Amino acid sequence: MYTEKVIDHFTNPRNVGELEDANAVGQVGNPVCGDIMKMYLKIENDVIVDAKFKTFGCCAAIATSSVATILVKGMTIEQALQLKNKQVVDELGGLPPQKLHCSVLAEEAIRKALADYYIRGGMDEEEANKLCGVEESACDHCEAHEH
Amino acid sequence: MNEIKYFDHAATTPLSREVLDAMMPWLTDNFGNASSVYSIGRTARAAVDEARAQVAKAINAKEKEIYFTAGGSEGDNTLIKGVAMAKRAKGNHIITSKIEHPAVLETCKQLEKEGFEVTYLEVNGEGKISIDDLKAAIKPETVLITIMFANNEIGSIQPIAEIGAIAREHKILFHTDAVQAVGNVPVDVKAMNIDLLSMSAHKFYGPKGVGAMYIRTGVVVDKLIAGGHQEKGKRAGTENVAGIVGMGKAIELACENMAENSARITELRDYYLAQVEEKVPYIRINSGKEGFLPGTANVSFKYIEGESLLFMLDMKGICASSGSACTSGSLDPSHVLLAIGVPVEVAHGSLRISIGKSNTKEDIDFLVDTLVNVVEKLRAMSPLYEDFLNGKYII
Repeated sequence: MYTEKVIDHFTNPRNVGELEDANAVGQVGNPVCGDIMKMYLKIENDVIVDAKFKTFGCCAAIATSSVATILVKGMTIEQALQLKNKQVVDELGGLPPQKLHCSVLAEEAIRKALADYYIRGGMDEEEANKLCGVEESACDHCEAHEH
Repeated sequence: MNEIKYFDHAATTPLSREVLDAMMPWLTDNFGNASSVYSIGRTARAAVDEARAQVAKAINAKEKEIYFTAGGSEGDNTLIKGVAMAKRAKGNHIITSKIEHPAVLETCKQLEKEGFEVTYLEVNGEGKISIDDLKAAIKPETVLITIMFANNEIGSIQPIAEIGAIAREHKILFHTDAVQAVGNVPVDVKAMNIDLLSMSAHKFYGPKGVGAMYIRTGVVVDKLIAGGHQEKGKRAGTENVAGIVGMGKAIELACENMAENSARITELRDYYLAQVEEKVPYIRINSGKEGFLPGTANVSFKYIEGESLLFMLDMKGICASSGSACTSGSLDPSHVLLAIGVPVEVAHGSLRISIGKSNTKEDIDFLVDTLVNVVEKLRAMSPLYEDFLNGKYII
């Protein structure tokens, strides 16, 4: 069901852990749905110079987080905001259909971290979320549960 | 490749060597159709009949009450739908439980679309139904009670004899999905007042793709698979002679060695639970000991997710299973764990191991040592665990 690349990123996740000097942090998902992604970014002069993650979830969730951190490193904020979940999926050589939401989560975690960067810089929260395309939740399932 | 350490005997078991040996002639030289009149047909018929006697003896039934199928799901479907259709004029109410196997639950859902009413009994924290709830659910229209003998995820054994007595008293038919029980714990259809039962050979070291139904003499069940006179017209299709012979042999061996295997396996399970409890913090034990299958242990490891746990174990050659949403193929984790009151987020991190006769204490030590490492590794990358350590997340 998983490609070799997914298994590789799951067994040897790149950039896993907390980034001590992160200036942009975004967390999405919730324990009831079974996946949470937390992205730590370090941004200098509008460029993402470092990225790390922590993830609670299945193989696909961990592998997409790993790939997402690799992809965003070196990107400008503008480029990172253009990152689509499809790129993450392509990088992994595909994901089973029921796991595609994991890649969406990775995209959302990056957007949320970037919004956090702007908020830390003094931007109004609503404005930052709008700028970065942060939405409440893309998970239909979350709405079905109390949490 | 690592050596395989197999802890998933509730999923399937390896075929016994003796069973394979018993099957081989029926896959090679003795290939006759058991319905044919010539000699190799007649010997095949005799072999099927011998296996029928072996299966009947194992559950204290009569030979003519045993019908071979292609497995447990077929038995559940045939018996539940077959009774529902045969009894339709008498009533349209069925009683089952919330923790049945999908072969029963989905069959009941199909019948609901056909105009049947189904009561799904709750279970307690140990995964057992309440006899009072069962009595209260009975109506004049009730035609069938279908309650599993033993649960596949947590191993809880239902009060089968009590259910059987109540069903008999109310003249309601009682079916039990005994797929996990037969070969592991004593099953006596007469003493327990069971009218209908389904079982599957590959759960007790027999071949896959063969099972049997018990239908008590006098009980009318409409057939599901029509088109032939085989199995007294109750189940059409050329008999899987080799599979049936294998099932007969496997059930005989399982019953012969049941007490001994059960005692040894129970000891290993208790050792596993004690070791996990001692060596891994923040767990929830979802299964019990007394009144449970000998080999099944279900434990949730908090702050991590079951599918990633399974893959990590697989890297070390360990085969087990999980009730997480990602492994169930749906958005929700195991319906059984939720029914016994396991919080959703804890159910995502569940691990079921089911011990079999070839497992050793060394296997359990290897499993527990691996779990200690793997759980630690996954928790180290879990933001949920971090929140828990910082007091921001409590469960």
